Amino acid sequence: MLPSADRLQQLAISESGFIFDPVSGHSFSVNETGIIIVRLLQQGKDLPTTIAELQNSYSEQATIIERDLMEFVSLLREQVDASL
Amino acid sequence: MTISNPTSNQCRVAITGMNAKPDNPGPGVAVARCLKETPNFYGQLIGLGYDSLDPGLYMQEFIDESYLLPYPSAGEDALLARIEEIHQTTTIDILIPCLDSELPNFIRLAPKLKSLGIKTVLPDADQFRLRSKDRLPELAEFADIECPKIKSITNIGFFNDCEKQGWDYPLVVKGIFYDAYIVHHKDEASTAFRKVASQWGYPVLVQKMAKGEEYNLTAIGDGKGNLIAPVMMKKMALTDKGKAWAGVSIFDQKLLDAAIRLVKAIHWTGPLELEVMKDRQGHYQLIEINPRFPAWIYLSEGVQQNLPFALLKHAFGEQPSNYPDYHSGILFIRYAQEKIVSIDEFENIVMNGTGNKASGTDEL
Repeated sequence: MLPSADRLQQLAISESGFIFDPVSGHSFSVNETGIIIVRLLQQGKDLPTTIAELQNSYSEQATIIERDLMEFVSLLREQVDASL
Repeated sequence: MTISNPTSNQCRVAITGMNAKPDNPGPGVAVARCLKETPNFYGQLIGLGYDSLDPGLYMQEFIDESYLLPYPSAGEDALLARIEEIHQTTTIDILIPCLDSELPNFIRLAPKLKSLGIKTVLPDADQFRLRSKDRLPELAEFADIECPKIKSITNIGFFNDCEKQGWDYPLVVKGIFYDAYIVHHKDEASTAFRKVASQWGYPVLVQKMAKGEEYNLTAIGDGKGNLIAPVMMKKMALTDKGKAWAGVSIFDQKLLDAAIRLVKAIHWTGPLELEVMKDRQGHYQLIEINPRFPAWIYLSEGVQQNLPFALLKHAFGEQPSNYPDYHSGILFIRYAQEKIVSIDEFENIVMNGTGNKASGTDEL
């Protein structure tokens, strides 16, 4: 399950991939692909739309993108849930 | 001469808490630094310390004059006599106490200080008692926030069978004013009990351990139920005593709402600091309320709220302006450095209890 769009929108994300959560004070970093994913999710895109957008950028099978995305989202949720 | 506003260059502010041991610094130097760095403050700062080795007494970059006070244990009469003596030498317009242990004396003396023309912004005795560590659960109810169980004890024998009474380790052993030790078994608890009792007296407090990460909020209560200029912070690094060595400003509406409810319920007057723990489910537990500015108050200047100056404005009757939303994501990282002090300066503090120019020290 995705963190809520409201919570995601609270995250401040820089060009370098450094993310600061102003509610919890936690910070963490993501790579280039992570930046794209977080920004898509901040825009309220659901998982199928995010997968489709990633497919346009990366020549990879949808199943692999979905698997990696689910893993990323799980890690992201850990970071954001820790600051509920 | 009566000063009518805090921006007057005649405004003279006395600040206590000039101690600054790195593992547990007093807030006084940080309060002075906030005021000195406020573009609208042109007055003079008077540092009041209890020990000739309090470094703030020698920090000319922040403090214009320095004086020693009798220790709080000497009582309010000795304190009043010393304040009167200082006030005759150098007028004090407003006094900002910064240490828990001295507050009972200053609260009792507030009417007398007022009659001398010295303003204070302090809670009354009832409010002060309500925030005492042993009454925290009562206060937490006002704020609709959970609070770990706490018990006052006077007998070290409590730790022999505390687990049978539902007080499982780890526990926190606390002094009535300061100090807290996390203890994991009877021997640690007994050692902590003796340390705390010898330094801060009885009762000693035992609190159930609240799990999570620590967040703090500091602000000013206006005495009418309103909260002025709240600043919130997450501790990022701690000293051995659990004090913040680094922190980052945050904004958490849940924490702010709890502080608003609390101040509204008890009409708190003056500075305060809320210490809470937040667990992974996002539940807050109130662990302490301090009736003063915290040592990390300089972060309030860092986020452009400057609470010490806000306190001056409030004390002089200015309506608190609408403070802009501050920036979260501003860090402070504390550091220790050596203050070089001439033997003449030191002598003057030791022998005369003052570091002001009038008493003959050229360097100060």
